[in-house]
Amino acid sequence: MTPLLHLSGLTKAYPGVVANDNVGFEIAPGEVHALLGENGAGKSTLVKMIYGLVRPDSGEMRLHGQPFAPHEPRAARAAGVAMVFQHFSLFEALSVAENIALGMDDAPETDALSDEIRSVSKKYGLTLDPDRMVGDLSAGERQRVEIVRCLLQNPKLLVMDEPTSVLTPQEVDVLFETLRRLRDEGTSILYISHKLEEIRTICDNATILRLGKVVGTCVPSEETPRTMAEMMVGTELKSPTKRPYKPGRVLLEVKNLQLPSKDPFGTSLRDVSFSLHAGEVLGVAGVAGNGQDELLLALSGEELTDTAAITLKGATIGSKGPNHRRLQGLLAAPEERLGHAAAPDMSLTENALLTGHARQRLTNKGFVKWQATQNFARAIIQKFDVRTPGASHAAKSLSGGNLQKFVIGREIMQRPDVLVVNQPTWGVDASAAAFIREALLELAEQGAGVLVISQDLDELMEISDTFAVLAEGRLSRVRSASGVTIEEIGLLMGGTEVDHAAA
Amino acid sequence: MLRLEARPEPSRAMVMLTPIIAVVATMIAGGILFAFLGNNPFTAIRIIFWDPLFNDMVASYTRPQLLVKAAPLILMAIGLSFGFRANVWNIGAEGQFIMGAVIGGGTALALYPLESPLVFPLIIIMGGLGGFLWAMIPAILKIRFNANEILVSLMLVYVAAQFLAAMVTGPMKSPVGMGFPVSRNFNEYQSAFNAELLSNTGLHFGVLVMMAVVVLGYIFLTRHIFGFQIRVSGQSARASKFAGVNPHTTVALCLGISGALAGLAGLFEVTGPAGKLSTNFPLGYGFTAIIVAFLGRLHPVGILLAGLLMALTYIGGELAQFQMSIPAAAIQVFQGMLLFFLLGVDILVNFRLRWDTKSKEAH
Amino acid sequence: MDLSSISPVTLIVSLMAASTPILLAALGELVVEKSGVLNLGVEGMMIIGAVCGFIAAVTTGSPWLGFLFGAICGAAVSMIFAVLTQYLMANQVASGLGLTMFGLGLAALLGHSYTGINPPSFSQIHIPVLSDLPVVGRIVFGHDPMIYFSLALTFGIWYFLTRTRGGLVLRAVGESHDAAHALGYKVIRIRMLAIAFGGACAGLGGAYLSLVRVPQWAEGMTAGAGWIALAIVVFASWKPGRAIIGAYLFGGVTVLQLNLQAAGLAISPAYLSMTPYLATIIVLVIMASDKKRQSLNAPASLGKTFFAST
Repeated sequence: MTPLLHLSGLTKAYPGVVANDNVGFEIAPGEVHALLGENGAGKSTLVKMIYGLVRPDSGEMRLHGQPFAPHEPRAARAAGVAMVFQHFSLFEALSVAENIALGMDDAPETDALSDEIRSVSKKYGLTLDPDRMVGDLSAGERQRVEIVRCLLQNPKLLVMDEPTSVLTPQEVDVLFETLRRLRDEGTSILYISHKLEEIRTICDNATILRLGKVVGTCVPSEETPRTMAEMMVGTELKSPTKRPYKPGRVLLEVKNLQLPSKDPFGTSLRDVSFSLHAGEVLGVAGVAGNGQDELLLALSGEELTDTAAITLKGATIGSKGPNHRRLQGLLAAPEERLGHAAAPDMSLTENALLTGHARQRLTNKGFVKWQATQNFARAIIQKFDVRTPGASHAAKSLSGGNLQKFVIGREIMQRPDVLVVNQPTWGVDASAAAFIREALLELAEQGAGVLVISQDLDELMEISDTFAVLAEGRLSRVRSASGVTIEEIGLLMGGTEVDHAAA
Repeated sequence: MLRLEARPEPSRAMVMLTPIIAVVATMIAGGILFAFLGNNPFTAIRIIFWDPLFNDMVASYTRPQLLVKAAPLILMAIGLSFGFRANVWNIGAEGQFIMGAVIGGGTALALYPLESPLVFPLIIIMGGLGGFLWAMIPAILKIRFNANEILVSLMLVYVAAQFLAAMVTGPMKSPVGMGFPVSRNFNEYQSAFNAELLSNTGLHFGVLVMMAVVVLGYIFLTRHIFGFQIRVSGQSARASKFAGVNPHTTVALCLGISGALAGLAGLFEVTGPAGKLSTNFPLGYGFTAIIVAFLGRLHPVGILLAGLLMALTYIGGELAQFQMSIPAAAIQVFQGMLLFFLLGVDILVNFRLRWDTKSKEAH
Repeated sequence: MDLSSISPVTLIVSLMAASTPILLAALGELVVEKSGVLNLGVEGMMIIGAVCGFIAAVTTGSPWLGFLFGAICGAAVSMIFAVLTQYLMANQVASGLGLTMFGLGLAALLGHSYTGINPPSFSQIHIPVLSDLPVVGRIVFGHDPMIYFSLALTFGIWYFLTRTRGGLVLRAVGESHDAAHALGYKVIRIRMLAIAFGGACAGLGGAYLSLVRVPQWAEGMTAGAGWIALAIVVFASWKPGRAIIGAYLFGGVTVLQLNLQAAGLAISPAYLSMTPYLATIIVLVIMASDKKRQSLNAPASLGKTFFAST
């Protein structure tokens, strides 16, 4: 049988990096094919070539046996290739129907389109109201918009880039149900992920990419997650060793924290209460957009609240700004590295000054001690293994993993009593992620309290002592991390408090 | 095909080089413009850029003019540059310049004919205050109501110009001006007159203040935490908030400083080179200062050089107007082109041009 | 002072004429901003339109060719801004300011020998019977064709933005250029077209100013009208229909203060001349203080530089 899509010898180089090097594999009709690899392995580049966003330097693609070289996404769509993006493809201020129309090349009139949307979403069990504003939808609903947009065009090949990273476990089940139905109807699916359990559940075959090259293929159902992970990373993995947790004194106490969001599409924090002890790693799980950003802003001091809502080592600080909190020992590292945790065009030295000047005494009567600042930056670079030619280089010139090590390192080097981090390993390669987790655990071991907000459940299970879920701006009860099941977390993420009896 | 490639680091060489490239490109384009106007482009360029400094026939008059014209431009541009770095766009310096002159000059007129060494310091303070308060209007409206400071500060230029007109036709009208809408001449008032300190140099008190501001601005920008915070605010609003910078303070300070400096510039101008308040007093220095700030790369030393260059085009432009009857507006076009070329070649700081034979990119 | 000399009907008729240049420029800028571009060069494009339209009309004797040429020249100078910001990724605020300063200078240069000349007249339409009706006749049927055109244009832009696919794509580009690019839309090309359209509208508004409203050429004759047009876009919350209300409001203030000046109100005319600018500030403040609505209606990518990183 002719494969639906046949790729051979695909190569694409960017200045300083070969993103794809002689990549080739095949996808059969009705096959769910996994493309597996770490961040930076070249998955996105490959997908962009298939979808016509990037053109290969060399190599060949064949669709239905015919040469296939889309020069723009429109051509790819016309050939039956549809794509569900991980980021950046929806317009918040437009309605569901408008968003879908934008992704179609011959969109029908609004009313007819709305009817089609309703019927397709019904057929595949993807509930969706065409008239709602996308900005008001949850992450899972937004993904449905993308999927419905693709399905309306009867694609032969559906490309899905990290589709589950924004979903609750229950939503993942719904998604997989849809994918199976599509496969049974003969649609092929190219499924990009680094989540091994999922790939074992849904995919027929897998191609593994590392540093732009195909390093292996496998049948996922015949592998264990560990063997696939080792193919993906190329070395044997070691998990950090967890130490026993003995709660110390309360360092940070948050009581009935309220924070109305300033973003029209943001989530307000409602009645958030918890306490964080010395030596504790508290993991906060939740699907993106449930108040994670707002929680970090409220704790870092970027947004001010009732002064009594936040108590640090016995002193109320809810109305105090970031530098006051830093001096008192509460430090934070936000999710967005470039443009929030670090200023993109500034040097690492200047970025060290950004949060370090108060606590590290890098100024004298307002005048910057540049030599001391540079020494501080160099110390971070050295201790946290930040790969960069030097402290004078701009933050944006670093890779995601290296910049994240710098950002986390900058806070840890200031010996915080409490450290709050949001998505500490998002978009970071596996070795940097392991390094960062290790550093957070070590900090807790030295007696600091660490609050980790993350959407990566595996990560939270790995490093947390205690555990809570943020859903629609409310925080669940904090419980011990040992003995929590994925199902329980899933329900919490959906906003259901499961343990009324236990509470 | 010519293609842009992002540089890993901004090029330091290009930061220095691009203003020079822009000036040369402007001379070429300006030469073409002059040729279209029926003039010899080489003569025109020589008259504008060379004669004011080195032609003995005119230089004794024009050379001192250089500092006179440059001082207000540099003073204002340094103030504006702080705001532009922080994404606070005060484009109403012209209005603050006028208000500085009206409030400071008006104070002097009110005190006339009292002679005292305290008069000049007092009117300097009043001039700075006039500009400062005028700039605080957009600052407060921005902070309190989130009103766009670009539009508000600009609207206030027109309001200030009308206010000036109301003053010189009303309370500040000279009793000896034969009914013309002008104020009393400041060189008739010893204590308030901003005189030339060394004859034939153009050096007046405002020039000294300008030089001090260049030095202070440099220290402030590169050595002080506030200069750092301003730079962070311009790069990313979120990062600066994370660094503990209060955005409202930044807005108030940037507008306040630039307003006060523009007010000072206006005061020194009206009590010295202009000599009196009149409806012809505003010459658009407040707008030219915006070009000076960009041409100087928002850096005090660069602004000093850019201000001198821009002053040269004013003086040379007058010469060209006089000698070749090139219209005054041609110089304004010339200055506009300079800004365009500068903005255009700026891309070379962050990108390099690559000649690419096998461009495969779809865009 | 004699207020009886101010007739309401005349006031309304001249209000519409006074508003039309601002309305035209504001409509163009509205489309530009909807595509995610902030062009602060409206004043410059307007005055270029004013001088070029004037020259063309005087040279050919046809006001229609004047309008056409004004629009073309407005679009032409807007391309300087477009190339700088779209291809050379220059800062939009600085480039727009540059365009304004350059435009004012160039217009003064071009119009040098055209001051004090009268342009060919461009008269009101006259529909027998209808135009002669009392009150209604002059208010509804007694204007020049450009006023009707500006109203039709408002409707056309509203229809384009809300009812057509082209309008949807334009809004999408202004909302998120990265998402639009990912879907395969040509962000830069769409923005270039929007900027050219904005330039043409501003040029047309300028030409109306020099050919009908004043009608003369004078240096700096736009006197901030372009900036007021920018403020009206904010006032209108990026909605064409509301731009009419905004423009007529400002036209009303302008005409009223001129009438008060003429009627000899006992305060300095300079204070009256301030009122349109002060009104603009007040309106900006009122509109801006409603932050939530502003951020909902403002195009999310407004003023941001797009660079295709793939």
